[in-house]
Amino acid sequence: MGKTLFERVWDAHVVAQQPGHPALLYVDLHLIHEVTSPQAFSGLRARGLGVRRVERTLATMDHSTPTLPGGYAAADGPGAAQLRRLEENCREFGIELHGLGSSRNGIVHVIGPELGRTQPGMTVVCGDSHTSTHGAFGALAFGIGTSEVEHVLATQCLLQTRPEPYEVRIDGRLRPGVTAKDIILALIGRIGTAGGTGYVLEYTGSAIRGLDMEGRMTVCNMSIEGGARAGMIAPDDATFEYLAGREHAPRGQAWLRALERWRALPSDPDARYAKTTTIDGSALEPMITYGTNPGMAIPITAPIPSPEAAPAGTDQPTLEKALRYMGLQPGKPLLGQKIDVVFVGSCTNSRIGDLRAAASVLRGRRVAAGVRTLVVPGSQQIKRQAEAEGLDRVFREAGAEWREAGCSMCIAMNGDQLQPGQYAVSTSNRNFEGRQGPGGRTFLASPLTAAACAVTGQVTDVRTLLADGAAAPAVGRA
Amino acid sequence: MAQFITLTARAVVLAVDNVDTDQIIPARFLKVTDKAGLGGALFCDWRKDPAFVLNQPAAQGAQILVAGDNFGCGSSREHAPWALIAGGFRAVISTSFADIFHNNALKNGLLPVVVTPALHRELVAQLGREPELQLTVDLEAQQLSWPGGAATQFPIDPFARDGLLRGIDQLDYLLGHAEQIAAFEARQQA
Ligand code: SF4
Repeated sequence: MGKTLFERVWDAHVVAQQPGHPALLYVDLHLIHEVTSPQAFSGLRARGLGVRRVERTLATMDHSTPTLPGGYAAADGPGAAQLRRLEENCREFGIELHGLGSSRNGIVHVIGPELGRTQPGMTVVCGDSHTSTHGAFGALAFGIGTSEVEHVLATQCLLQTRPEPYEVRIDGRLRPGVTAKDIILALIGRIGTAGGTGYVLEYTGSAIRGLDMEGRMTVCNMSIEGGARAGMIAPDDATFEYLAGREHAPRGQAWLRALERWRALPSDPDARYAKTTTIDGSALEPMITYGTNPGMAIPITAPIPSPEAAPAGTDQPTLEKALRYMGLQPGKPLLGQKIDVVFVGSCTNSRIGDLRAAASVLRGRRVAAGVRTLVVPGSQQIKRQAEAEGLDRVFREAGAEWREAGCSMCIAMNGDQLQPGQYAVSTSNRNFEGRQGPGGRTFLASPLTAAACAVTGQVTDVRTLLADGAAAPAVGRA
Repeated sequence: MAQFITLTARAVVLAVDNVDTDQIIPARFLKVTDKAGLGGALFCDWRKDPAFVLNQPAAQGAQILVAGDNFGCGSSREHAPWALIAGGFRAVISTSFADIFHNNALKNGLLPVVVTPALHRELVAQLGREPELQLTVDLEAQQLSWPGGAATQFPIDPFARDGLLRGIDQLDYLLGHAEQIAAFEARQQA
């Protein structure tokens, strides 16, 4: 029997496996940020250990990182202390760091691929659940805890029990206004936040093949929101085109050898998955969440579900609690709901294509009065590219704020946050209670939808704006 | 690492499904550089509600949390088990746990105990009638029991169980494989 992509990558990284024990899995790329690493470095120090492979380790600052100019001075006391600690740790242990002020700084899951560090067939880990993003390249990439960060620093290995492969097949052509974000929200809405627990998702089908690498990263990014250990997409020409010429991508003969290896990665035709879910991509609509976990997602035109008919993975009291927190009435439409803040950013949707999509809606329009709109590029490289394309002007002229790179209001650790009771439409990945600030209420959606909501000041179906003459935003690879 | 052999303690019921780690410890408490002292941050936003279970007198001194389905989903922050431990908890009983939380908990000696939905309902009902009930989690025997109830087996990965019973750190186990790791690296370079 053939192997799946996941099985191939897993098998190639097992260092040792005793019966009844978890596997020792080798890690090719270890990404680090300021929030989940300090205790790991302290652990190393306490044991007198060093970092086994510094060249396989890459650090950035993103979570507590200010998105206003000014470097450390713009961070609050504890945030600045945490950032300085990362800088000291990287200096002491000899780890490459793209900190504040670096032209390569950015969100950890944005810069890995951008620098060509993330490559097909690799194992990639980070003390961060959205490490699943890197699976878009056919890498096995997953989040770990801080103890495991210490394990990887010291040994370049992890103890892991083997998850099962789960195929998510999405065929068909996406309709205008429907994006990668809508695909993944529809999936999690279907399987629930625990539907993928114990599995590695492999996204297949023509709708996935039709996505560019940025769209594929958006899909893989939120695999964890469906409970999956990781998400993966088989590498193809789009993957190779993206990587060719990037700073850390192989060159010359090494590139040709890499291509040969990478082309052998996709799942065999007779490979078997433990589970399969299929979604008709051509039937999807723009999606939005209404509740307090990403599984509480609906097509934007649908009514808010009532607890009596709670969807998969949600019981009645949980849904009631969520609607209470959100201040929403079951059975009512979400369309027209007034909003206070729009956030375009995060490792889900802060790449150049996302910014172009948001700008395509905002160009020549104004953000509605009373709505605060924050646009935060995922990396300094993206920021520069957006500025070269004049997107920053589009955002500013529309009345949006244009910031430095970072996680920003996705996690609200750097001062960018909602006020209690405020409603936000956010392109990030989590609508948990208080995620964007205590008492804040989040609707997750695509950059197109977020931009449309910024213009009208209420939850809006972006297709109604596309119809009235705005340039149709490019979606996917067409 | 902290050893776990057996625990007899009172339990508190948190009857909510899909509790994410942002609720267990909100992100604004993550600007720390060590593991200690996070007990005050535990469920901090939910604690603002006087009716929240952990604010009730019956919750004081409870060392077992009986949680809803898919406990610990979301962020990979190990601060979640650190905060639960600092808040006095040694075990969490649920019908299911999110992957990363489950791994993180085991590494810190916080025992995730998986029970069937039927047993979970029975336990919640029993604790509703008798909030003072003492539960016993016996890791050696992999049994959950309470006075007047039948002892039930719970599953746990044998490797993790062994580590907890003996208080062995996984990093020591990994470091013990230095030769195999070097051999793997040599093969990968070839
Ligand atoms: S953007 Fe949000 S989800 Fe992504 S790494 Fe930062 S905090 Fe985590």
